[in-house]
Amino acid sequence: MISHRKLDFRTLHFGGEEGKLIPALQKVQETDGYISRERILEIHRQSGVPLSQIYGVATFYAQFRFHPVGKNIVRVCHGTACHVSGAKGITEALEEELGVANGETTPDRQFTLDTVSCLGCCSLAPVIMINNDTYGNLLPKQIKKIVKGYREAAGGVVQP
Amino acid sequence: MKIVVGLGTCGIAAGAEHTWRELEARTGNGGPKVELAKTGCVGMCYREPLVEVRMDDGRRFLYGGVGKDQVEPLLAALAEGKVLDDLLVWTDVGAGSEAAYLARQNRIVLRNCGTIDPERIDDYLAAGGYVALRKVLAENDPDGLINLMVESGLRGRGGAGFLTGMKWRFTRLAPGAHKYIICNADEGDPGAFMDRSVLESDPHAVLEGMAIGAFAIGADHGYIYVRAEYPKAIERLLIAIAQAEERGLLGEKIQGTDVSFQVRLKEGAGAFVCGEETALIGSIEGKRGMPRVRPPFPATKGLWGCPTNINNVETFANVPWIVSHGASAFNSLGTRNSKGTKVFAMAGKVKRGGLVEVPMGISIREVVFDICGGIKEDRKFKAVQMGGPSGGCIPADLQDTVIDYESITKTGAIMGSGGLVVMDETTCMVDIARFFLEFTQRESCGKCTFCRVGTKRMLETLTRICGGEGKDGDLELLEQLAGLVKNNSLCGLGQSAPNPVQTTLKYFRSEYEAHITNRKCPAHSCQKLLTYDITAACNGCDACGRVCPSQAITGEKKKLHQIDHAKCIQCDECFKTCKFHAIVRN
Repeated sequence: MISHRKLDFRTLHFGGEEGKLIPALQKVQETDGYISRERILEIHRQSGVPLSQIYGVATFYAQFRFHPVGKNIVRVCHGTACHVSGAKGITEALEEELGVANGETTPDRQFTLDTVSCLGCCSLAPVIMINNDTYGNLLPKQIKKIVKGYREAAGGVVQP
Repeated sequence: MKIVVGLGTCGIAAGAEHTWRELEARTGNGGPKVELAKTGCVGMCYREPLVEVRMDDGRRFLYGGVGKDQVEPLLAALAEGKVLDDLLVWTDVGAGSEAAYLARQNRIVLRNCGTIDPERIDDYLAAGGYVALRKVLAENDPDGLINLMVESGLRGRGGAGFLTGMKWRFTRLAPGAHKYIICNADEGDPGAFMDRSVLESDPHAVLEGMAIGAFAIGADHGYIYVRAEYPKAIERLLIAIAQAEERGLLGEKIQGTDVSFQVRLKEGAGAFVCGEETALIGSIEGKRGMPRVRPPFPATKGLWGCPTNINNVETFANVPWIVSHGASAFNSLGTRNSKGTKVFAMAGKVKRGGLVEVPMGISIREVVFDICGGIKEDRKFKAVQMGGPSGGCIPADLQDTVIDYESITKTGAIMGSGGLVVMDETTCMVDIARFFLEFTQRESCGKCTFCRVGTKRMLETLTRICGGEGKDGDLELLEQLAGLVKNNSLCGLGQSAPNPVQTTLKYFRSEYEAHITNRKCPAHSCQKLLTYDITAACNGCDACGRVCPSQAITGEKKKLHQIDHAKCIQCDECFKTCKFHAIVRN
């Protein structure tokens, strides 16, 4: 469970301006890593925005997650350039290596696999990003080694 | 001597930060005396990390592929006064391997990209920045300014190509106490990164363009709606806004006049449809980003019901240049109805992928071959995809099509925001159509039935064709659905979603037919349609037999192996495993 750091939504929210719902949700995600049921209730109680509206907005945007994420977020670019350069093979290699499908987190909470529309480094296609590090011009067989680096950094061999 | 390192996202991804740290360490105390500086994207993404050396006598040398390990040889060569020919890509005297890449370009939007430090306002001011804003404020003639923009012929660079000056005039004439100006930096097209580069490399140009626009229409507040996926752009924009406010170029009473203009940043939360202007407005208001019915257009009723003007990043970056250089300098470039230049993000199977800015009226062939060096591995050029998921594929036969709004639209594609993905003979056009539809289907907001359900049905049909289960009547069904989705959707997303399918059907119909009737993928890209065979090159090492998950490969050790087609599941494992190229796909 998340450690319940206090967030004051009254300062974020409805300072006369209705547009602050999305920044509030972004703040929650930045703090907790995902948007929990409790946080949605909290925003609702403090701001008075109907729950349905908060939930509606949160589910509309691809950025918001409703489940805790792994320590390392692996983002596979599926932009046009990456697609024609073999992003599918990279995704399959990652799925096999991590044992999870797109959008899922490994049971040990080490990795979350995400495919994204475009990371904007098209000339390096195919590209993946792990946390803030970018790896470009990839071949599927390089995946194992890259992932291993992060596993080792996490300490010890991770059981799949 | 000054050494400048390109630190845009592409550069950083290629390791420019390591190069930077290595340079810092080696030129620090005791090292050679050089001044280090940062800059944004030069545009040669394919040769990152890029390092420019500016000599004291004014000569400039651009080196490409300067990783951490190349720093030492580079500095050694510089110390001896030599030029490192292996890495040299460009010099201002015309030498270097990539001189052709820059020679044909005409940089207006990218005028400062890769030359100034985007985090220092003084660099921008030294390059003639904010002169246009000061001029506009001194002249104090908003109508004259709008006339100038109309005369220049600048059209919206976000894709639709509406005359920017007219848009400003509508917003200016709309009654309302409050007006807003919005910069659309929600660059969602997969395969496009022009706006990101401009924001990262020259954020002040966009801010200045917005401030000029705000003065023209009488807005005192502005928003930049930028993708959250562009952290570097956000960081540099925030720095630029703070610096401009500090110098009195934004904020209250700009340069001592009565004009005020506040800019705020809104981070998008990942919805492609928010590139549509009414959806974008909804998103800024904190709602679900769903398009509204137009009219009323944002020019009369936009953000919080107030008249609002929305332009794209590249459009705003053009504005200061037009004000400084005059309308005729701008409209002398380009064709009759499309003036000025256009920035393209070149990607895909092209040798030199990166950013190019070319005058309108240049042909696709010139861009792909003369500037970008042709196709990777000298394969056969098949098509270009313009305009992202809303655009279409233009086949190689039409490569002499000139780039302007009308000519591109005539082919069935659209100018779009500037993503240009090059495809070669190994790209399957049916798969490309399926790829784009998968994207638009996922990003459809669901408001209009035809866009929500129609794209889904089209995607299912295409997936079936790619999977080898196409049947008679599929193409007619696709055509019918494409027409329906196009005519019955509210916003640009739905209206243009069928474009990739329609253009590929128009130009590559035989490929669809090969998938359906012959169960073959001519590009050898759709896996389910491949047959695997082992040639005489096989030495019987049995590596393929061990990886085959369905035991379809048999054969004695050191003898030619065979594949049982009935058992083969086309997983491609044997092809990937064979070191002797003995497995062929047909």
